[in-house]
Amino acid sequence: MSTMQSPTSFGQAGDIPNGPGAAAILAAGIGCAVMGILAFAGDASDAMGKALNFYNPAGTLSGVTTLAIIIWLVAWFVLARMWATKTVAMRKVNLASFALLIVGLLLTFPPFMDLLQGK
Amino acid sequence: MEISTHDLLTVLHGMGFGALFMLAFSGALAELYRISAPGAPSQMSAREQSLLNFYLVSMVLLAWLTVFSGEYIVYPWYRAVPPAGVTDLADYPRRLLLASGKTSEWHNIGMEWKEHVAWLAPISITMVAYVTMKYGRTIFQHRNMRIAVLVFAVTAFAATGVAGAFGAFLNKYAPTRGGSVIILMKGE
Repeated sequence: MSTMQSPTSFGQAGDIPNGPGAAAILAAGIGCAVMGILAFAGDASDAMGKALNFYNPAGTLSGVTTLAIIIWLVAWFVLARMWATKTVAMRKVNLASFALLIVGLLLTFPPFMDLLQGK
Repeated sequence: MEISTHDLLTVLHGMGFGALFMLAFSGALAELYRISAPGAPSQMSAREQSLLNFYLVSMVLLAWLTVFSGEYIVYPWYRAVPPAGVTDLADYPRRLLLASGKTSEWHNIGMEWKEHVAWLAPISITMVAYVTMKYGRTIFQHRNMRIAVLVFAVTAFAATGVAGAFGAFLNKYAPTRGGSVIILMKGE
């Protein structure tokens, strides 16, 4: 008896439109950007910092990460519903996602945050 | 030989979850590139597929465990506020770093960067795992999707590297201490 496993197709992208993948990619970009925007807002404004203090031992960071995760998951859910059976312009999705990712990276970098605040 | 509960949980956060997640990137990036390269075989065995799925799901779990344990277990110890009159700041890492101009930037840049950028990694790697598992080998038909997966995977790797490196340095200059003492072994 042979123990060899027969090759199987890994995923069926030919049958799946690119919409679900595009939704996940764009939502990840949104999540990263929101993380950066909220981190910057919490750093730049005392009022925002206090508003984002959901759990006192972790301070403002607790609100920043909680809201970013919620917004990321909601964006993913909404986009996945909208694009479940659609083929979208993936290049545009990539450009938007990379731009959002760069926003997230820059706004989580303290010297850039300070630069924007004129510190 | 003894260790405090704070030390133990900090090691679990950094070395148990974070370092393991970081180490897993070499295999993940190589495999993601291999399955998405245009010249690669068009089929994978069911075993290869299951192994890759398991590998990616493990990475996702490690990523989330790292950031949640960091934020909700270790970080509160790091930013603890000393009671009035306390002059020995050894048990208050954030205050200890900020007390001297020689160490304050470890907090102002190191911790401030680490605590935020680290969260880009689990978001990115969750997307990478989802897309890879959904489209699999046939992602090579979607050039732009392939590019996005690799870009986010590399970003997650870089974010983890920043967080891990600063975590190691911060724990060197201002370790989280305290908690109960666990005696691992008694000396002669």
